[in-house]
Amino acid sequence: MATYKTSDFRKGLKVQIDGEPYLMIEMNFVKPGKGNALYKCKLRNLVRGTVLDRTYKGGDALEAADVQEIAAQYLYRQGETFVFMDNASYEQYELSSEQVGDYWKYLKEGLPCSMVLYNGNPITMSPPNHVELKVVECEPGAKGDTATNVTKPVKVETGAEFSGPAFLKEGNVIKIDTRTGEYVERVSN
Amino acid sequence: MYETDDFDFLPTASVTALETRAAVLRQLRDFFAQRGFLEVETPLLSRDTVVDLHLDPLAVTLTADPDRPSAGPRMWLQTSPEFAMKRLLAAGIPRIFQITKAFRADEQGARHNPEFTLVEWYRAGDGLHEGMDLLAALAGELLGASAVDRCSYRDAFQTCLGVDPLTASVEEFALAARNRDVVLPRSMSAATRDEWLNLLLAECVEPHLGKTRPLILFDYPASQAALARVRDEYPPVAERFELYVHGMELANGYHELLDPSVLMARNRAANAERAARGKCSLPEQSRLLAAMRYGLPACTGVALGLDRVLMAITGAKHIREVLAFPLDRA
Repeated sequence: MATYKTSDFRKGLKVQIDGEPYLMIEMNFVKPGKGNALYKCKLRNLVRGTVLDRTYKGGDALEAADVQEIAAQYLYRQGETFVFMDNASYEQYELSSEQVGDYWKYLKEGLPCSMVLYNGNPITMSPPNHVELKVVECEPGAKGDTATNVTKPVKVETGAEFSGPAFLKEGNVIKIDTRTGEYVERVSN
Repeated sequence: MYETDDFDFLPTASVTALETRAAVLRQLRDFFAQRGFLEVETPLLSRDTVVDLHLDPLAVTLTADPDRPSAGPRMWLQTSPEFAMKRLLAAGIPRIFQITKAFRADEQGARHNPEFTLVEWYRAGDGLHEGMDLLAALAGELLGASAVDRCSYRDAFQTCLGVDPLTASVEEFALAARNRDVVLPRSMSAATRDEWLNLLLAECVEPHLGKTRPLILFDYPASQAALARVRDEYPPVAERFELYVHGMELANGYHELLDPSVLMARNRAANAERAARGKCSLPEQSRLLAAMRYGLPACTGVALGLDRVLMAITGAKHIREVLAFPLDRA
């Protein structure tokens, strides 16, 4: 089994602890004075969703999680269930709204994403770093207001709301950074 | 249409943060010029490097043959300009400062970038207290603080944890950590005294340092002397000090070790500990030892992390906010 040394630790790493797969959701590097480094991590259990606080010393190691990553695309939503398809095998996989978390905001039909399988079952997905979404509802901007530091809420095709510049209009396609949830740019009118 | 990473050419610091950096650089040069310090430049690449268990220098190969770029003599990117600056002191320049880049492998986080800017200075004739006075004066100017507090390492531990860092046992450290619900690495079961001290410092003491105004922590455990001299009292302490603001370490100073045989012994001990942890050994011989044998004047030196000073001034939560291009955009 592959192992990760503390120098490999980063957000997004999938590791195995006590026989269960975890996702590193936070990693804080701490090094007091000239002492040994500490890696303060928050890890989410990929099966149960619970969050674990763990601190590691420089030189410690963790096993890589026994998971499989596949390229998939989002198909549709059925109540609280989100349906995806494996791009290679065309097999369909379902995730609960809890497993999808905040990423529902980016899920439009056909969106390419990566999925993680554990023992053949899907446990989590992540969207690409940037997603383009159509604005379906927003207040009209004040005339002549082209400043980008004035923001307003805009509703997009997935039903999610983001904060964007005042010049945005309904029908615009905007790019959102899924890592921060922030508006990046207007892609088209 | 832009590809995903086409925005990575942009700086991560705001223009305002970069303006603050420029202003602080001017302020630093004025501060040292007013006090008769000579600004110096020393090599980033050196044959010598600090030998420390917890400092990992980046190695650079000086390619001798363009067809074999990885073959050639090995040099080190400096982890601080300490050795070269002490050689200048030994050569007879009594007050020097430098603003330079330093490199430390594997140090990346909210307060660390593997390449960072150090302000380092030395003044011959200074003892521990004169060294702290000068650091306090500079911190007051840069951070706009009317006063800078001072607290010994021992008092800080006793106040925050109720344990004596110089005399308590490993079991007492473990108990203090558990009483404060510190999340303990599993590997702490085999930890040394210094590893316990570091963990407790990071988790329980540092967050309280410099809360209302800057604070200088001084008189470190002798086992953490690095290049500081040890004051022979009971228990012995290293004449080392660090500046803290809002729980963040900004500077590290030493009343400098002068005895080359003591430095050689520390180098050997550090290499033995490195070997025990599977780390590469670092060169124990250096031109600093030659300078010390020739005669390093009694002095105190301080290294100040410029990027962290800027974080403290601007209120940045991450070092990216004060660097034009952090490592992932370099």
